[in-house]
Amino acid sequence: MAALTDLTIAEARDGLAARKFSARELAEAHIAAMVRARPLNAYLVETPERALAMAAASDARIARGEALPMDGMPLAIKDLFCTEGVLTTAGSRILAGFAPPYESTVTGKLWQAGAVMLGKVNMDEFAMGSSNATCAHGAVENPWRRPGDNRPLVPGGSSGGSAAAVAARAAIAATGTDTGGSIRQPASFCGIVGMKPTYGRCSRWGIVAFASSLDQAGPMTRSVRDAAIMLKAMAGHDPKDSTSAPLPVPDFEAALTGEIKGLRIGIPREYRIEGMPAEIEALWQRGIDWIKAAGAEPIEISLKLTKYALPAYYIIAPAEASSNLARYDGVRFGLRVPGQSLDEMYENTRAEGFGPEVRRRILIGTYVLSAGYYDAYYLKAQQVRTLIARDFAAAFERCDALLTPTAPSAAFALGEKQDDPIAMYLNDVFTVPVNLAGLPGISVPAGLSAEGLPLGLQVIGRAFDEATVLRVGGVIESAAGFAARPALPPGDG
Amino acid sequence: MALDKATVARIAALARIKLPPSEQEPLARELSAILGWIEQLGEVDTAGIEPMSSGAALRLPMREDEITDGDCRDKILVNAPAAERGFFTVPKVVE
Amino acid sequence: MAALVEGRTGAWEVVIGLEVHAQIISRAKLFSGAATAFGAEPNTQVSTVDAAFPGMLPVINRHCVEQAVRTGLGLDAEINLVSVFDRKNYFYADLPAGYQISQYSRPIVGKGKLSLDLPDGSSREIGITRLHLEQDAGKSLHDQHPTLTYVDLNRAGVALMEIVSEPDIRSAEEAGAYLRKLRSILRYLGTCDGNMEEGSLRCDCNVSVRRPGAALGTRCEIKNVNSIRFVMQAIEYEARRQIEVIEEGGTVKQETRLFDAGRGVTRPMRSKEEAHDYRYFPDPDLLPLTLDPAWVEGLRRALPELPDAKKARFIAAYKLSPNDAGVLVGEQSSADYFEMVAKGRDPKLAANWVMVELYGVLNRLGLGIERPPVSAAALGELIDLIVDGTLSGRLAKDVFAAMVETGKSAAALVEERGLKQVTDSAAIAGAIDAILAAEAGKVAEYRAGKEKLFGYFVGQVMKATGGKANPALVNEALRRKLAG
Repeated sequence: MAALTDLTIAEARDGLAARKFSARELAEAHIAAMVRARPLNAYLVETPERALAMAAASDARIARGEALPMDGMPLAIKDLFCTEGVLTTAGSRILAGFAPPYESTVTGKLWQAGAVMLGKVNMDEFAMGSSNATCAHGAVENPWRRPGDNRPLVPGGSSGGSAAAVAARAAIAATGTDTGGSIRQPASFCGIVGMKPTYGRCSRWGIVAFASSLDQAGPMTRSVRDAAIMLKAMAGHDPKDSTSAPLPVPDFEAALTGEIKGLRIGIPREYRIEGMPAEIEALWQRGIDWIKAAGAEPIEISLKLTKYALPAYYIIAPAEASSNLARYDGVRFGLRVPGQSLDEMYENTRAEGFGPEVRRRILIGTYVLSAGYYDAYYLKAQQVRTLIARDFAAAFERCDALLTPTAPSAAFALGEKQDDPIAMYLNDVFTVPVNLAGLPGISVPAGLSAEGLPLGLQVIGRAFDEATVLRVGGVIESAAGFAARPALPPGDG
Repeated sequence: MALDKATVARIAALARIKLPPSEQEPLARELSAILGWIEQLGEVDTAGIEPMSSGAALRLPMREDEITDGDCRDKILVNAPAAERGFFTVPKVVE
Repeated sequence: MAALVEGRTGAWEVVIGLEVHAQIISRAKLFSGAATAFGAEPNTQVSTVDAAFPGMLPVINRHCVEQAVRTGLGLDAEINLVSVFDRKNYFYADLPAGYQISQYSRPIVGKGKLSLDLPDGSSREIGITRLHLEQDAGKSLHDQHPTLTYVDLNRAGVALMEIVSEPDIRSAEEAGAYLRKLRSILRYLGTCDGNMEEGSLRCDCNVSVRRPGAALGTRCEIKNVNSIRFVMQAIEYEARRQIEVIEEGGTVKQETRLFDAGRGVTRPMRSKEEAHDYRYFPDPDLLPLTLDPAWVEGLRRALPELPDAKKARFIAAYKLSPNDAGVLVGEQSSADYFEMVAKGRDPKLAANWVMVELYGVLNRLGLGIERPPVSAAALGELIDLIVDGTLSGRLAKDVFAAMVETGKSAAALVEERGLKQVTDSAAIAGAIDAILAAEAGKVAEYRAGKEKLFGYFVGQVMKATGGKANPALVNEALRRKLAG
């Protein structure tokens, strides 16, 4: 039998049902893996006692024949999710010592579904970043290495700790959040599946806000089936979130029929960006061939405003963030750095509490909202956003899903691209438009780069049509047959 | 649009982030570069286009007027860096 | 009309606009389920939403929306079927999120109007610019500790309506009348209790002065004045101050000022008045608020009769003077009380008893008409006893005083104290005969032309009957008998 840490959720579910192993054994194996994976710096907080207690409850339910959909599944939780009584810092010094007196809706639903909490995982501070290289709590390493090169690579971001933990078999799956690509890009960099659901599908209540109109939680898993199972457990209407969609949650797993014959898959012309590496282009073409072979019809479509999505995003997200992060003021929770006056206390606290990228985005956001600039920047960006959403809507009149690369490159080394914020922002060029339009998207590992690093393909769907996204993603997954493993942990045969 | 040092200082004050004068210049350069890149949006014709300010196309849901929360002072104060006699405390403010 | 203020160099016109913050009567806060009751222990009515904990989200209270719409309808204002919540960003110790959820460019209520009742019985219309919904901030206490400010978030997130007037007000008196009228409407609607001491109604006053007919002058905003009297004093002082500044060759600086009630003066706020830049933008945690026109129509139909309509009806139906009608409709409860007393009775007599006797007692005892010492029904019975001749007006006043004191009904007191008016003509005639016989000299004088003695005879008869004789009957019989 494969190591317990190699199992997918679907396989572990079958194994538990067949009493091949217990939830406790599954938890213990993952706790040990979590400890072994410490050099990656993926976990910020380990909660092994809680994991074992939750596993014991799962075992009791399984014994009674009352197994829940996620019973016994050991998960890593992105540090952006508030977890009751467990340190939650959003990867920032400014939330030092903060133990929320409440549980986020999404994690609460996962525990309700029987899942087991291994700990909290690292991330770019306040989810602002694409590399996990500048985390307040130290950089996260990608478990992958370029063959013959032991330099550490970034796991992507912002859900880098989640992606690294899942890729390194230190969690069976993880929660992520995606504001501009923060689930899909690290999933691509780490060779796992990452899904951003439709805006409003998962409640934002209890998730530390970055950009409220864009943030969305989603699953990070090692298979498309697992993403379907986990998304079902995370999703659903929440009356505590005014932007949560009052829609029933379909059985996503049942949508994985493998059957995409007759589907029309849009290939957006504008995603062939200047300077895109040939291997990305080739991977994309392979994806097109796979869906064609499965009986779907690729059709070229146009998303004219693609190139304006990133600049629009870098107005909207910082603007919302500048306001969302005003509450970190040293008064009610987290860090306080004293000052002679109230304003001095604020300024000291926020200067010391926020890292450079967060400070940079707060300042940009403050600037674009300030008197005299609102119309030129913020309003303009929101109008461009409308046009981008219309572009997608027009495309979806002609096709059922879109296929694109997830990111313009494979994982890069720690230290690369650090000096140029704009070069870093370009990582999200294929993912950001999806957030602006509020649509669902999935990244599925589809192959290796010339350097031997994983690359993902992205499937984008209509709003609330995650089922089709997962179905098409499942076909890509089967066709790609991605079986490569990261260098860490070393294969144990 | 290029930001000057004074503007950066003003924004930082507005955002209540202490900014040593030595950091004003490099930050002004960095932010100017980002804003310059952002300004390509000017190429898009948006005349008469409604801004999209939410990711959700829903009607605003409403709650009933019922007391369902509060009465949990310990929970509210437990994470506070400073509290006294049931209040949060901050350096004295003169109005 | 608009009173001008005489300065050293000529007449000045005072231009005033008021921004009133009215706390909505609701059980829970505007965006959270925490309670709103006044006077609770610090931070005991605070949810993690109100304290802006990470990841907390607002969900709007339907009742507060309804109250705002009803208030808008009561001010004869446009209701905006789509309105938007914006964030107003600024840092302050009692503003936990670092922003206040408010409505900036698209308020829930647009232009309306309010009619002022002026002392001469005429009325004047003041424009309402807008009404919007917003959250209250918490409370900072600066006097509890030598070096610390204490912060209580009980009030943070409580629903407010900000009601902004046009700069149509021209004097402190008009400002007072505006606030009294607005408060009256809010109370009729039940949307705000209007209690200024508890801060449920607060007023910012924008004051400027100009030469009559000239362009608007520079205005100063006097923040957070918490009684109608103080508003009037503050405006009076501020207008004088501005006139003096200009007449002495200076210019008025646009600034925010505070009213020092102890000294009766306004002074600039001491805190550093940095250029505010609130960076308003639509709150992405909320969606535009859309109202169903049929729902708004339903609220309109269910509105109570408001003071202006009630006053008009009182004048038309009860033939009351505009002043009396205006006084009676000031509070819903006094209007209701009056109508119960007046039902089936002489309305003028009823109005008189309510406004003179009842109000007198209420004033003396410091009571409100919501808890009257004599019920409307009991006062009605008393009036009935006057009308049917059982009590004279003078006796009725004594009985009323006894009713206040004992809580007994008028009929019971009349019975108990034997106060029933003597209407038996034989008994009255007997008393008159006895007196005329005893006062033969005075009778002669009277008959000789000293007619003012008539009052003396009436007094004697009343005295003899213990004040119980029906005065009309006494008059009539006396005249007959004196005529010989």
